[in-house]
Amino acid sequence: MRNNLLNYGDTKTWRIKFLRILVSPWFSRLFLWLAPLLFLSIFFFYPLTKILTLTFDLETFTDPNNLRITQHATRFTFYQATLSTILTFALGLPSAILFSRFDFHGKSLLRALTAVPFMLPTVVVAAAFNSLFSYKVTGSMLQVFNLQPSTLNFLLILTAHVFYNTTIVIRIVGNALSQLGPRIEASARILGADTFRTWRHITLPLLRPSLLAAALLVFMFDFTSFGVILLLGGSNFATLEVEIYIRALQLPNLNLAAFLSVIQLIFTLIFSILYTRTINQVQTQTAPRFSTARPPKTIKEKIFVATLTLLLSSFFFLPLVSLPVRSLTRLEPDRGQRDQVQYGFTTDYYEELFINRRGSLFYVPPVQAAVNSLGFAGITVLLSLALGYPAAYALAKPTRLEKFLDPFLMLPLGASTVMMGLGFILSFGRLIASPFFIPIAHTLIALPFVIRTLQPALASIPERLRQAASTLGASPFRVWQTVDFPILSRATLSAATFAFTVSLGEFGATLLITRPEYPTIPITISRFLSQPGGLNYGQAMAMATLLMLLTTLSILLIEKLRFNNAGEF
Amino acid sequence: MLEVRNLIKSYEGKPLLRDISFSVSQGETICLLGASGSGKSTILKMIAGLEFPESGDILFNNIDLAQTPPHLRDFGLVFQDYGLFPHLNVFDNVAFGLRMQRIKHKGHEGEIARRVHEMMELVNLTSFESRNVTDLSGGEQQRVALARALAPQPQLLMFDEPLGALDRSLKEDLLNELRGILRQTNIPAIYVTHDQEEAFAIADRILVLHDGIIIRDAAPHEIWKDPQSAFVAKLLGIGNVVEGEVIAKNKIKTAFGILSLDCVKNVGENIQLLVQQIPSPAGEGRGGEVIEEIQLTVEDVFFKQDQFQVKGRGVVLSESKDGLLIHMKDAPRVGDVIRVKVQVKCLV
Repeated sequence: MRNNLLNYGDTKTWRIKFLRILVSPWFSRLFLWLAPLLFLSIFFFYPLTKILTLTFDLETFTDPNNLRITQHATRFTFYQATLSTILTFALGLPSAILFSRFDFHGKSLLRALTAVPFMLPTVVVAAAFNSLFSYKVTGSMLQVFNLQPSTLNFLLILTAHVFYNTTIVIRIVGNALSQLGPRIEASARILGADTFRTWRHITLPLLRPSLLAAALLVFMFDFTSFGVILLLGGSNFATLEVEIYIRALQLPNLNLAAFLSVIQLIFTLIFSILYTRTINQVQTQTAPRFSTARPPKTIKEKIFVATLTLLLSSFFFLPLVSLPVRSLTRLEPDRGQRDQVQYGFTTDYYEELFINRRGSLFYVPPVQAAVNSLGFAGITVLLSLALGYPAAYALAKPTRLEKFLDPFLMLPLGASTVMMGLGFILSFGRLIASPFFIPIAHTLIALPFVIRTLQPALASIPERLRQAASTLGASPFRVWQTVDFPILSRATLSAATFAFTVSLGEFGATLLITRPEYPTIPITISRFLSQPGGLNYGQAMAMATLLMLLTTLSILLIEKLRFNNAGEF
Repeated sequence: MLEVRNLIKSYEGKPLLRDISFSVSQGETICLLGASGSGKSTILKMIAGLEFPESGDILFNNIDLAQTPPHLRDFGLVFQDYGLFPHLNVFDNVAFGLRMQRIKHKGHEGEIARRVHEMMELVNLTSFESRNVTDLSGGEQQRVALARALAPQPQLLMFDEPLGALDRSLKEDLLNELRGILRQTNIPAIYVTHDQEEAFAIADRILVLHDGIIIRDAAPHEIWKDPQSAFVAKLLGIGNVVEGEVIAKNKIKTAFGILSLDCVKNVGENIQLLVQQIPSPAGEGRGGEVIEEIQLTVEDVFFKQDQFQVKGRGVVLSESKDGLLIHMKDAPRVGDVIRVKVQVKCLV
């Protein structure tokens, strides 16, 4: 009897101990981390080590040809990124002042317009800029300036970069400016500083961290730009990214490709570290306490506001309009034929997308690419949510483990997509013929965004609510169902749309691992663009227009669902 | 009903609760009183099953709760910051616990609505059912939180500094209502606070938590009569605590004169004394305490409620920092030396 009692006591304590382990923070945390870490290890870190091992080959280092190519690519990458950044600031800084200091009609609309390109797929932007110069008007304008095609291409690349990244300057610097408020400047003025000295001694020093952060981020995006450069410049403009692609697929030299990606990775890592450091100095107060904007009063201010709004709206509006217009206009013969062609409005390019032509670029109607893309995007959404949720849960209440793991989770953000594709090729060989590697690559890219969207929403749910639900009789599942899920549904939808958009527009990684049987929308557009003939060009325009519409809808949805500025860069 | 035995819990490697035992019986309201960070809320969370003790047992009706998850314990918990679900309206917040109970058989919406309505009447919020909880004032939110906790008819109610975020007059109103509700429902309750006024207003029994143990467990009037330790006296604001030195078997030297009192201490030892004015709120003429007359110099006078609060300093040892608070019907002038009758007790 006594013995029995003792035994019972022992089992009881054992069971309690086991239960406690199950609910203990470190065990549940380990459980949460299992899937995301496993996924990242297999599909990111393993390919990364493959690339690294390939790089540490003496021959790669010593081959003078390799070194020459690397040197040239690095130098050109820095050159174009620096130029792009300077140009972006030339437009971005006045715009930041415009949006933070002045109120005018259509301000929010114009602000939204400047933000649209940031989320647009590179192929869409490339197609849009390409279309700008396919009209007769613009073509004859170029003849006046007597521009070489290659110079034009380079200018197009730089302009596309400005188009993409101006919104970064507007957001980071503009936010900092509106947080400064006019009071600080007013105090300086009262103390006897003129306009210039106020800027020189008060505004600029206070803005310095945000200027630096914006510059670093813009530079980083320009540095890693791939689709725009490849599609607008071709392989003549060999940045590191383009060179990796060339050495991976066109002129295979995998050692060199790996070496280039390591160089590229080192630079992006340095930039991201610098960026993280500077952005931490930028005050993270998201909503200014008081509005600092006012209508322009003096003549000078009125001229400034009028000119800049006109410039901004045409700069951001023209490419976005030119693309759909061109997709509905026939300006050249379909296949280079010399007989009578009817020019002007046409819906042929759209109709052609649904036709399975022999001798077309694919054995399937081009619209099949849209079906593929939507399928891949769907899988990406599911996969990135399934992996992002547990990670975001763990990160919402960070312990030392999370603080250690967080940078690793965000690392794919810094790695170039082309490099990911190269890693896949090196690691999985023939396996990547399977179409499932495309959504996996897309998930790698989308995951950091998904986590960064879910995490603040999760962290915003007070533990109290879960405890309250639980004491009111809700089981752990019911707690999730009744408390977490309803509160998170907006953030979830927003994260899902993010993943969807990323997958729809992804170009770099897909280009490296795609198979002809499973083309995606961006791949199809790029192939159409690289083929001669009006029909191919028109179909590229039509497809890019469709992609633009889809993405714009998604962006609008995300903006509507945006949770307390979650997912800010 | 509820019995807590030898709870031990540490926080970040330091012992927080060293050995906590107490019990609550049917219809009784106990109050856990302690400074912030003393582990009061942790005790509640362990009873609710939201945290685990390192050792010790929590029993309800003689059943060990160690393996009962929080949602099956049938206890109610009211938080300081209310913990209302922001995505649900008032009705759905109050109905939450009922819905969790009735999950197995549907079709109880009518019954739920009736019960919610009953609860809203109990907390005086009848017309609020369809309101958004985020639009309510602090006091209204707290009433909703109370209604939500009461609705599923819990076997035990716990309050974690429920009125901490409210202003004074609202606090008094809600305390009175809460006392009525607790009496009416006869549910045993544990009320955690650091505010002695709340504790005296609501508790049948006050438990004072200090240094990880319960140093006093008694009815409010008993504690007021005899706080026993200097900590309890200071925490509850009972009388004045005065430093003294034993100079002979029954002589203690203080800043206010030499008092005749035997605290069973050796000559030369320092001691703390409880000095209460006569007539004291606890009444007069009980045995055990010594009545003395002391002198003090008036330092500050201000009006409070219906009399003057006088802050005085001892006349004997002027370098001492000890001040004494007494009340008088007529205001003396600052600098006057006054004589006051007090009763003096030894503290530990």
